[in-house]
Amino acid sequence: MHDGIFRRKFTGLFLFNKEEMIRGFFKGFPVILGYFPIGFAFGILATNVGMTVFHTFLMSLMVYAGSAQLIAVGLLESQVGLLTLTITTFLVNLRHLLMSAALSPSLGHLSRLQQALFSYELTDETFAVHSIDFNKEKKTPKCRIFVTNILAHLSWIVSSILGAWTGSLLSDLEAWGLDYALPAMFIALLVFQLRTMRHFFIATISLLLSTYLFWGMGGHWYVIITTLITATIGLIMEKWYLNHNTPDIENGES
Amino acid sequence: MHYSNEQIILAILLMALVTFLPRFLPLLFLSRRKLNPMLRVWLSYVPVAVLTALLGPALFMAEGTLTIQPSLNPYFWAALPSFAVALLTRNMFLTVLTGMGAVAILRLLV
Repeated sequence: MHDGIFRRKFTGLFLFNKEEMIRGFFKGFPVILGYFPIGFAFGILATNVGMTVFHTFLMSLMVYAGSAQLIAVGLLESQVGLLTLTITTFLVNLRHLLMSAALSPSLGHLSRLQQALFSYELTDETFAVHSIDFNKEKKTPKCRIFVTNILAHLSWIVSSILGAWTGSLLSDLEAWGLDYALPAMFIALLVFQLRTMRHFFIATISLLLSTYLFWGMGGHWYVIITTLITATIGLIMEKWYLNHNTPDIENGES
Repeated sequence: MHYSNEQIILAILLMALVTFLPRFLPLLFLSRRKLNPMLRVWLSYVPVAVLTALLGPALFMAEGTLTIQPSLNPYFWAALPSFAVALLTRNMFLTVLTGMGAVAILRLLV
């Protein structure tokens, strides 16, 4: 009996369902593919400013945030202090607050430790694939979730080490269009999310607003500001829509 | 570079901390709580909003300027067939292959 409980706990945390492992792999495949050119670029730039292969590895293992890592390399090159580096990293990654909040209703079935591990590997890209999956299926199997996350993270670590070691393959990767893997994945994931005209409308506004804000002021606030504004427009539209289309049964006396 | 080995490792640890906290705190505080229905609806629009917010500048801008000229910005033009394939096939692999192929061809031809 003791053994049974142990096994259940163990398989709850780890990953012994073959079918779910395969699904997790396929779910993460575009991310795994897409991280390669970016991780490579990071590795090359990192060694160019004097970081060792070990530093590159450690940063990809512990920070695991593409844009922040690339910016950090630039900041280290211009000799900024550690406080500036830390604050900049914080601001660049603040958008993950919204992503973590958005996924939180679907992750109640994870233990606190599993939630911490999940958060540690929450990136723009893993967020995108999970948000689709969680929409279709409440309580997505942990096995699938963590296989996707761990493989994506591994791909990021391996590609940055390879970049730091070799430092020359990048142009070949671009000739194959590999740098477009992530934008193309985002397009696919976006299309899968366009369930109603409201979503389509929100997507259009967000696309234009983010471009305008980025063009106008640069920096990194554009993602957060655009999301706050357009999600609010979505909420208002949905409330308005429900007020005008609710069936009589749900409206009670009216 | 003037940083010592220890300074870089300290920098990495600090970066790791300030990256982890925004990723974890909302999940920690919200996941076991019954959320206000308004907040739930609002959060349900976050994925579409974030995805498009990240895509906007990637598709409409290249080298710091607003341009859709094919020689400067193949990303925008590759988005069109990618979008069509995603809409018609609902298949992520085909979409990614189409996008990559389109960018590769544009770089070759334009």
